[in-house]
Amino acid sequence: MLKKRLIPCLFLKNGFLVRSEKFEYHQLLGNAIHQVERFNAWEVDELIYIDITSDDVYDIRRDDLKVKSEDNILTILEAVSKTCFMPLTFGGRIRSIQDIHDRVSRGADKVTVNTQAILDPGFITEASKIFGSQAIIVSIDVKSTKQEEYEVFYNHGKTATGLHPVEWAREAEKRGAGEIFLNSIDRDGSAEGYDIELVRQVSDAVRIPVIACGGVGQFKHFSQGIVDGNADAVAAGNIFHFTELSTKRARKELIKSGVDVRN
Amino acid sequence: MSDSDVNSCASGPRVVIIDYKLGNVRSVANALEAVGATVEISSNPDTLKNAEALILPGVGAFEDGMNNLRTLGLVELLNELVLVQKKPILGICLGMQLMAKTGFENGIHTGLGWLDAEVVRFDFTGEISHLKVPHVGWNDVRFVKESPLSGELNAPHSYYFVHSYYMRCADTTDVAGVCEYGHEFTVALQRDNICGVQFHPEKSQKHGLALMKSFLTEAHQLVEAVC
Repeated sequence: MLKKRLIPCLFLKNGFLVRSEKFEYHQLLGNAIHQVERFNAWEVDELIYIDITSDDVYDIRRDDLKVKSEDNILTILEAVSKTCFMPLTFGGRIRSIQDIHDRVSRGADKVTVNTQAILDPGFITEASKIFGSQAIIVSIDVKSTKQEEYEVFYNHGKTATGLHPVEWAREAEKRGAGEIFLNSIDRDGSAEGYDIELVRQVSDAVRIPVIACGGVGQFKHFSQGIVDGNADAVAAGNIFHFTELSTKRARKELIKSGVDVRN
Repeated sequence: MSDSDVNSCASGPRVVIIDYKLGNVRSVANALEAVGATVEISSNPDTLKNAEALILPGVGAFEDGMNNLRTLGLVELLNELVLVQKKPILGICLGMQLMAKTGFENGIHTGLGWLDAEVVRFDFTGEISHLKVPHVGWNDVRFVKESPLSGELNAPHSYYFVHSYYMRCADTTDVAGVCEYGHEFTVALQRDNICGVQFHPEKSQKHGLALMKSFLTEAHQLVEAVC
């Protein structure tokens, strides 16, 4: 049986590992490379790194914390892939085929594409033709509008698209995406659990795997994403950073709920 | 005996990852280095000839894989090294699939043809039509015969997969390991010096590293026996 996957998602901003909340607030967690050993010890199923650096941010470096910024995502990737023998996904700021090539050639197995896919859906097709569908994850950021409708946002969650996530996920699948990474902007950093309704709608609409993200605050939220949301994989950021023995406890909770995960 | 032969007997396993511009060569090299191999990534004929063992990696489409091997002039060289000289080779994912006679990914394409096999797409209908393609993630592998790939028989471990096509072997004695997704299918094969795995040992943490080590150990012993 194919196992359900448990995936820590690490957000990088200007080379720092950060905690994210509602896509707006980012708390510094440390140097990305120094943390690699820790991730390796987690024995999780995959790792996803997303570079959320935007051009208009200021440098959050603080000398008193003695953490050094890694300004180049590719340096981080090289360091990570040296010791992490598990699937690695690198996303964020991917605008061209060359950007994908730079990551894949340094040890990334997959990339996530978000803004560029919205701006040019043909990019999904082109990228999946060159690297294979399995390497192209379309990342979808969703926010509820005032009318309480789900809507896809891009550009770090700042710009509305007018697209419904179900519609966009189907389109992405049709164009060659291998997986969908579904993140809820409303739930980001909230610890309230996944937006199960959203996860289920998208999971049921496509035949490619859906990775749920956004909102995990307790271990039971992971199993809810799979059992109630029909997700194929469950991802989270903060809980892995702030909770001791998080992967072991998450796995235990999933098994207790009858979810088939890797032992 | 040439100098290079002498060197190969003295050092640890020297592996060459065949660089045909497709695939995650860096990850494969990292994993091989982690289990003690000396690794080169190359498409240079002399380098390939001097290797103790070859790795044919690959992430991508069947047709592109064969085209790149042809463009680099590697098909005949590999036939000579693998079929005549019996150099140990491990194909990974697409690298394994290319060892088949025919691939049915986006048309019908001729493969290296080292094994009587074809590569077909998962096609799930009826009760299993809900199964998603690609088959991506961790799944249990059951080894069905002794080979350099199998640590312990009948003790399934999970390995990481990501593929939409799978290999169908006409000769079941080539099958070294199987996995279940919709139906049982071949995920590890071995015939003489030729080994292949559909999953990614370089991404399968400790069990993947153990498999690579086992393959290398066997390959190294072969070379030592010749010396």
